[in-house]
Amino acid sequence: MRADTVAQAEASPAALQPFAELGLTEAEYARIAGILGRRPTSAELALYSVMWSEHCSYKSSKVHLRQFAAKAPPSAALLAGIGHNAGVVDIGQGYAVTFKIESHNHPSYVEPFQGAATGVGGIVRDILAMGARPVAVMDALRFGPAAAPDTARVLPGVVGGISFYGNCLGLPNIGGELDFDPCYAGNPLVNALCVGVMRHDDLQVAAADGPGNAVILFGSSTGPDGVGGASVLASAAFGASGASEAAGQAGPAAGEAGQAVGGAAGEAAAKRPSVQVGDPFLEKLLVECCLELYAAGLVVGIQDLGAAGVACATTELAAAGTGGMRIRLDAVPLRDASLGPPEILMSESQERMMAVVAPDRVRAFLDVCAKWEVRAAVIGEVTDTGRLVMTWHGDTVVDIPPGSAADGPVYDRPAVRGPDQDALADADPAALPRPADGGALRAALLTLIGSPGLADKSWVTDQYDRYVRGDTVLAMPEDGGLIRVDEETGLGLALATDGNGRYCRLDPYLGTQLVLSEAYRNVAVTGARPLAVTNCLNFGSPEGRPPP
Amino acid sequence: MRIGVITFPGSLDDRDAARAVRLAGAEPVPLWHADRDLRCVDAVILPGGFSYGDYLRCGAIARFAPVMSELVPAAGSGLPVLGICNGFQILCEAHLLPGALTRNAGLRFVTRDVRLRVENTGTAWTRSYQPGARITVPLKSGEGAYVADAATLAGLEAGGQVVLRYDGGNPNGSAGDIAGVCNAEGNVVGVMPHPEHAVGELTGPSADGLGFFAPVLR
Repeated sequence: MRADTVAQAEASPAALQPFAELGLTEAEYARIAGILGRRPTSAELALYSVMWSEHCSYKSSKVHLRQFAAKAPPSAALLAGIGHNAGVVDIGQGYAVTFKIESHNHPSYVEPFQGAATGVGGIVRDILAMGARPVAVMDALRFGPAAAPDTARVLPGVVGGISFYGNCLGLPNIGGELDFDPCYAGNPLVNALCVGVMRHDDLQVAAADGPGNAVILFGSSTGPDGVGGASVLASAAFGASGASEAAGQAGPAAGEAGQAVGGAAGEAAAKRPSVQVGDPFLEKLLVECCLELYAAGLVVGIQDLGAAGVACATTELAAAGTGGMRIRLDAVPLRDASLGPPEILMSESQERMMAVVAPDRVRAFLDVCAKWEVRAAVIGEVTDTGRLVMTWHGDTVVDIPPGSAADGPVYDRPAVRGPDQDALADADPAALPRPADGGALRAALLTLIGSPGLADKSWVTDQYDRYVRGDTVLAMPEDGGLIRVDEETGLGLALATDGNGRYCRLDPYLGTQLVLSEAYRNVAVTGARPLAVTNCLNFGSPEGRPPP
Repeated sequence: MRIGVITFPGSLDDRDAARAVRLAGAEPVPLWHADRDLRCVDAVILPGGFSYGDYLRCGAIARFAPVMSELVPAAGSGLPVLGICNGFQILCEAHLLPGALTRNAGLRFVTRDVRLRVENTGTAWTRSYQPGARITVPLKSGEGAYVADAATLAGLEAGGQVVLRYDGGNPNGSAGDIAGVCNAEGNVVGVMPHPEHAVGELTGPSADGLGFFAPVLR
């Protein structure tokens, strides 16, 4: 396959490129050209488009999220904080815990089963990349009205996907939430949490340090799943037909950019699933393989592959390390031989990890992978050039300063107070009708306990394995989950997830305080002392139109 | 007493089975699917999980693992073998036990603490129970419905080869409420519920499952 090379980019500065279809603004496209001193190649354009997407760069939320690090009270327990794949806290006796929660909302609406399944898989790899053994998962779910026809499609699919992936992976599901509200019709929330346990010394870094060290891609082979945008690039070839018909479909959807951008030009591409397909068996092998690699001291740095796949892993590892990396994209194991550089960079094929390994440890690394029947390939090495250079059968197709892709633009978007916020604040709940006698009170009580949000959840939770690993002390329907960490000392770990969309709709600031307070209480009633919090904020598009 | 626990790719409850063996006072010995070596153990447990992802048919790939070429003749010579959940499925696929495990009647994965009646206390793994004992043990499976043809079922009943029966409700549509069976000799036992998850009140519904891991000590 011929690829758009750096030499071609220099020779054809005026070539039209489908940056808008990939979700980049004209100003962002110009900024990329400014960084490179030429137009980007199609592979570079693919890389910047996914790295600068809202999903990967947090370009619209960064200015707000900075408050977390700036305002958090200092804690001696914090071993790794904001900026890492997941936070790590000390829980005593030499143990540390890492936990993280992420959304997989858009894919779970498009294809509930695989969308929810790969949501579990993705968060587990984040925890694994920190050096920890994943020990439990939780899920916070929101659906439209229980009686709505589409909820009957989405809810069983989501629950089935979580059950399929989590059970097969061997992680106990120890709690979470399930609630219904009309505002989630057509926009369900599927938030997956994973918690991992490690010894303090086990902490791994996501950095490509040490010139000459090998870069190894291992786990699943790379396929065309989740490449919608790049398919435009590959088939449109700068102004040819195809780009225009796919426009509008391929742009990353705000909030979940790059996760489930369906749509692609061409008949073959149209048949591809727009949501990635999960393989929990391979993920289980990947977990055991990684933990054995860590224990043998064979890893210098490691990163999971999630959104933006190889593009994200290479740029972030390089940017956080010595600074340079040389990658042979043609060395990436493919499950579809027709893929070119842009698609390989953007592919979101699941169950993949990238490791940085000292040259004299590569043989031992590959042996451990072979033991677990995990495919591994050396695809490049760390350099001290400060450039991320990628070749395709000898031709250079990417040559960028990695930090420019890893640290995207930052926007302070205009914000206005919602037009109905004052009316909501003024509404007096005292004016609501109240039960006047015992009969009305009884009816109100029955309505409450019969409502889907409060009713028995065992139809859902019976589909999750809460026993596997044999360390589950508390799980559903308890307020918080509790996992034993050490059999000898009895050290344990409690977790709860909470959210309250209605409180936050009425008053975002106070509502969020109440949500945190509820989570603290749910942990406290297990007997544990609350130690750390994380969050998963699910908002609409930051570029959405202001309300009328 | 050394009890081997086989780890296949995708085994999940191997660690839990080893813990149960330890709590019962024996020494757990890890066995690896790719090794044709039982390491001179006195008994073997095939743990729960999703060997090879259960992608083809539960247990259908694991039965061809190299370690099985050692296990099958050893079981034929009287070695005590216990298959739990996926291990039960593997033993059926390997024809060490009759019948098969199929999709639950409700077509969904079921996690539930189930009450069981111990029907046969003469097997290598159930000697510590009183005949007819009621025990509570977690069940967690998507393909746990035991099926066999009518002649096989009649033979199992007549020969006392039904080891465990669901008591007070059949959670998955198993024929005859069967939750566990043994071979004619009683040294090979397969159970769908997980006794290794009922070894203490802290992490399980009871300690009723411990009895499975102690009797082979005798």
